[in-house]
Amino acid sequence: MAAADAVRAGRLRRALDSDLFYSFRRSPLTVVAAVVVLVIGLAALLAPWIAPTDPFDPSSLDLMDGKTPPLKPNEFTGHTFLLGTDDQGRDVFSAILYGARISLLVGFASVVVSMAIGIALGLLAGYRGGWVDSVIMRVADVQLTFPDLLVALMIFGIARGALPIAAQEHMAIPVLILSIGIAKWPQYARTVRGVTMVERGKDYVQAARVVGLPAGKIMRRHILPNVLGPVLVIATLGLSLAIITEATLSFLGVGVPPTSPSLGTLLRIGQEYIASGEWWILFFPAIALVAIALSVNLLGDWLRDALNPRLR
Amino acid sequence: MLAFLIRRIAEALVVMVVVAFFAFSMFRFMGDPVANMMGPDATIADREAMTKRLGLDQPFPVQFAAFLGNVAEGDFGVSFRVGRPVIDLVKERLPATLELALISGLFALVGGIGLGVYTALRRDGLLSRAIMAISLIGVSLPTFLIGIALIYLFAVELRWLPSFGRGETVRIGGWTTGFLTGSGLASLVLPSITLGLFQMTLIMRLVRSEMLEVLRTDYIRFARARGLTTRAIHFGHALKNTLVPVITVTGLQLGSIVAFAIITETVFQWPGVGSLFISSVQAVDVPVMATYLLFVAGFFVFVNLVVDLLYFAVDPRLRSATTGGH
Repeated sequence: MAAADAVRAGRLRRALDSDLFYSFRRSPLTVVAAVVVLVIGLAALLAPWIAPTDPFDPSSLDLMDGKTPPLKPNEFTGHTFLLGTDDQGRDVFSAILYGARISLLVGFASVVVSMAIGIALGLLAGYRGGWVDSVIMRVADVQLTFPDLLVALMIFGIARGALPIAAQEHMAIPVLILSIGIAKWPQYARTVRGVTMVERGKDYVQAARVVGLPAGKIMRRHILPNVLGPVLVIATLGLSLAIITEATLSFLGVGVPPTSPSLGTLLRIGQEYIASGEWWILFFPAIALVAIALSVNLLGDWLRDALNPRLR
Repeated sequence: MLAFLIRRIAEALVVMVVVAFFAFSMFRFMGDPVANMMGPDATIADREAMTKRLGLDQPFPVQFAAFLGNVAEGDFGVSFRVGRPVIDLVKERLPATLELALISGLFALVGGIGLGVYTALRRDGLLSRAIMAISLIGVSLPTFLIGIALIYLFAVELRWLPSFGRGETVRIGGWTTGFLTGSGLASLVLPSITLGLFQMTLIMRLVRSEMLEVLRTDYIRFARARGLTTRAIHFGHALKNTLVPVITVTGLQLGSIVAFAIITETVFQWPGVGSLFISSVQAVDVPVMATYLLFVAGFFVFVNLVVDLLYFAVDPRLRSATTGGH
């Protein structure tokens, strides 16, 4: 027990003494970004306990509360809301917390999907070479000529057509995750393939081959750990892109259903009210979206520079 | 040069056939085309007649060949949603999208090169730094938020410009243009800026860094020593050599202008092909989706081809490399 604690303490000290943490402390912007991500992430995770109301529960909404400005009591009901309410009387603050939850969920999950596809195909292409490599990379090249958003839209549309109408509503989020995930795999595959081709020629891989390990095991156990560094950087930058792609799709009205709004859906609702002066319905979700996307992006930039030995 | 050209065109054709196959599979396997076109009241005999008429009783390769033939003749099927030939829908909406893309492309190119040269020449100027800082924010904001912000500022608060639609248009033959009326031109301003802003910042940053690079080279120093005017050095010698990467990026970005146009058209309720596509994705209108896919793929392949050819025109080193002159 004590020994395990000592090991853990040792690990913590090593982490705090590491170059990575040093460069983290040295960059105030990165620290701010990390705090923002942490706060919004926690708030989204704990939304059911923090949010004053449940925006997904239609029975808790009162239409009389509709379009209440922030921090001003409603003229009919006298209720006050921190960030105001939308046209349905939905508390904007609660909607943002729940919306961020969906945005982050879709973002993370779609990054995991593209990572899984990209790493698997990239390892295979880089390790096998030959026609396997040409086929995989040609597909990646063709897909890369099309913008991510377009590919995601296409996959989303096809999936919608293939699913029965009854299943569409509750399958919307998994379909969205898959569409964004599939749209973004080529970048991971390219990077992983590049690193794999370098690693394949190294002695430890040769040794593993001589020992007679099967190819799958060499890729998984020996090469995979060495490609994870660059993948982590792409994944962090990719997370902010995935969150923005999700917001864009939902804004266009082809993402998550309006019954469980993400940040993009809230912006779609809010856009209708900017002309009539209810700015808060749009403004606060927009701030939340930009804060998340920008902070994650800053973290990714920092990670890229910190893990790049040439910049040290 | 000729061998290169032939190889590139062959590659482009292969990509197009693959995309066509994909589009055809969408047609064929998403839902039941006969049910989609006939509605629930049709009799079995009617269905069989329709199946025969659409050629759905033929083997798959024959159907694919027929599809390619139809596409080559400009027949893209009938929209499930509005029941009209897809090609008519696209023809109606293409001018709006092309005019928007043209103006925003010009804005991005002129603005990007202009600001890029300015910020490179006045490196430490206050204005240059302000431009660079703002451009960083511009790149990280999602397109639709920029559009909404512009609408809020210029249409809602200042009331200078319209917030949606194309304004009045003039019909010339089969083409409707917004260039000839005041309201048409005013309506173009905000969408073009929204659509072009991201590309503009990208081109600006690229031109700036390329300019800084080129201005350090020996031949620029020699040009100075020869006593050429600053204007001749900056614009005749330096700028010309920054253009190769600018062409690449602009070419590749033309593709993303198509994608961003979907967003911009939705924000500004612009009656273009992008908003047509979004409504067909929402309604699962397969023929329109497939046609859009084919058009966009054709456009991208064409642009990539043109970019490759432009390299040859701009950079003499590439010409000599492939003809093996040295």
